[in-house]
Amino acid sequence: MNYFRFAFRNLRKKGVRSWLTLLGIFIGILAVVSLITLGNAMKVAVTSQFGAGNTEVITIQAGGLQYGPPGSFVTKPLTTEDAEAIKRISSVEFAVGRNIKTGKFEYNGILEIGSAISVPEGYEREVYEILDDVEIEYGRLLESGDSGKVVLGYNFYDGKTNSFGKDIVPGRTVLINDEKFEVAGILKKKGSLLYDWTVFIYEDELNELMGNDGDSVDMIEAKIKSKDLMDRAEEEIEKLMRQRRNVDAGEEDFSVTTPEATLETVNSVLGAIQAFIIIIASISILVGSIGIVNTMTTSVLERTKEIGIMKSVGARNSQIFSQFFIESGFLGLVGGIFGAFFGILIGYIGTLAINNWLGSGIGFQIDYILIFFTLIGSFLIGAIAGITPAMQAAKQNPVEALRG
Amino acid sequence: MKKKGEKIIILKNVSKYYYLGENVVKAVDGININVEKGSFVAVMGPSGSGKSTAMNLVGSLDVPTHGHIFLDGENISEMNESDLAQLRGKHVGFIFQQFNLIPTLTVKENIMLPMSLQDIDEYEKEERVMELLKKVDLLDRAEHYPNQVSGGEQQRVAIARALANDPPVILADEPTGNLDTHTGERVMDVLKRLNQEGKTIVMVTHSPELAKEYADIIYWLKDGKIEKITTRKSKSMKKVGKWKGD
Repeated sequence: MNYFRFAFRNLRKKGVRSWLTLLGIFIGILAVVSLITLGNAMKVAVTSQFGAGNTEVITIQAGGLQYGPPGSFVTKPLTTEDAEAIKRISSVEFAVGRNIKTGKFEYNGILEIGSAISVPEGYEREVYEILDDVEIEYGRLLESGDSGKVVLGYNFYDGKTNSFGKDIVPGRTVLINDEKFEVAGILKKKGSLLYDWTVFIYEDELNELMGNDGDSVDMIEAKIKSKDLMDRAEEEIEKLMRQRRNVDAGEEDFSVTTPEATLETVNSVLGAIQAFIIIIASISILVGSIGIVNTMTTSVLERTKEIGIMKSVGARNSQIFSQFFIESGFLGLVGGIFGAFFGILIGYIGTLAINNWLGSGIGFQIDYILIFFTLIGSFLIGAIAGITPAMQAAKQNPVEALRG
Repeated sequence: MKKKGEKIIILKNVSKYYYLGENVVKAVDGININVEKGSFVAVMGPSGSGKSTAMNLVGSLDVPTHGHIFLDGENISEMNESDLAQLRGKHVGFIFQQFNLIPTLTVKENIMLPMSLQDIDEYEKEERVMELLKKVDLLDRAEHYPNQVSGGEQQRVAIARALANDPPVILADEPTGNLDTHTGERVMDVLKRLNQEGKTIVMVTHSPELAKEYADIIYWLKDGKIEKITTRKSKSMKKVGKWKGD
């Protein structure tokens, strides 16, 4: 007995009502598939944003915990002396004060707002090491005595995507806050918005451009001697900074962050978003399956006569049950197929959008195992929703059923 | 071919009661019927006489409250639902007044349905459905849906479906009730031919003309009891208390 063909025929005949029934499952599966596809892409993207640097680097910032370029509302800034003090901690290999400033960047007559990160003269190697082996794509890195020169992140290079309409190559002159600088080199792509769109510039020159007093820094990055010492170093730095800033434990006006902590925070935020969407998807699937129960119950009532006919030509109860059970599963499956298809589509578009937004290059992958289990799952949800109606259908008395 | 005297359907003191609250409706009340293999039997009676109930019992669609029914040698009063369904599928072909085709299936698929329920392999199904379509002259309607063919054609589809598993017994409940005279005659001719080919036909009808023209033996039912039995030879009406062969 070809239940599937029969089921498909019945669904098609029912038209609009079938499609409406599918909606709940469709939305649920759509949410699950697009969420997981996008969530994975987001994790890769965010991890590459925050994990672009060396994993043995601890970041110290003034004010509360915050990500991104520190704002101007930091009340009591860190200083170069703080960096010097941290450097003297035994577990710390070196510490560098960094400034990240926003300014005007002009090339080929086109003006953009961008961020510049300072490189203290004499600390070039350290800065690159903090970024975990920065490699040069074109030209060369900043070297001692390179005043009036900058190194640019990879995204500045290509004229087709850099919004300046022209390739920026080493030797060209760019305007930063209306001052001329020569491009010394272009870095290799790191897949992180933070670095790929950043101008690397000597600290003194940056301070001069931005009117900075030359003593305060936006953050201090400390390279720890080995990974095993991370926890100890974190504690020691916190203790030292409390003393220097004269605050008690628990009332810190600064933050000490390890790469793991950053990733953990990011992951827990992503996890919370995922959990939220999964709850919504579950509700949608639940509502969808109730819809299927409803449709199938109506269907059993409508097709009472058909059940009688089936029985009169020799259908056993188990065959009637299977017919309705599979039809119900089929309803779920069709919803699942559409949901999975559009879920993948949304995942794909979303991945493109993330790449576009962050300038990252996350590859899009269809998770076939996810699709497989999603489809099996949607069939099962439909089938389970159909159990009660199918049992009702099976136990119809043939004579009464024939009367319709 | 006909084997004279062999009983294919035996109803022994069969009753079917329906309980409506405190009232007992005796739809069929202690009837005895013996149907010889290869015969054409008509069951006559006014509405409410219990003729359809009797046919449902014979066709194992329903189980008796009292008494025993033997279909092709098997006591169906003692069978469970699943066995009854199997028995129906293999031994009985139903033809209804309302045709009772499944609207979502094509003519061909409707005819195939009883075979599908018996898990007959695709090749054999295909071969037999073609044979049956030819037999009822519907080859050109095979891919149509029931609502796309005429009433007479629908009833011929139903006949082909009844024959799908080559059952020895055909039960027809007012087979011409929904058809005009001419179309009805065509359907009756098909039944007559099937009877000549050896099928046992039990037909429920309220038309005495039809019964007299085609049946070998007529059971007249009234209030759930057999009022009289008429045979083709005598065509006279004789009062029956109990059927002779019982």
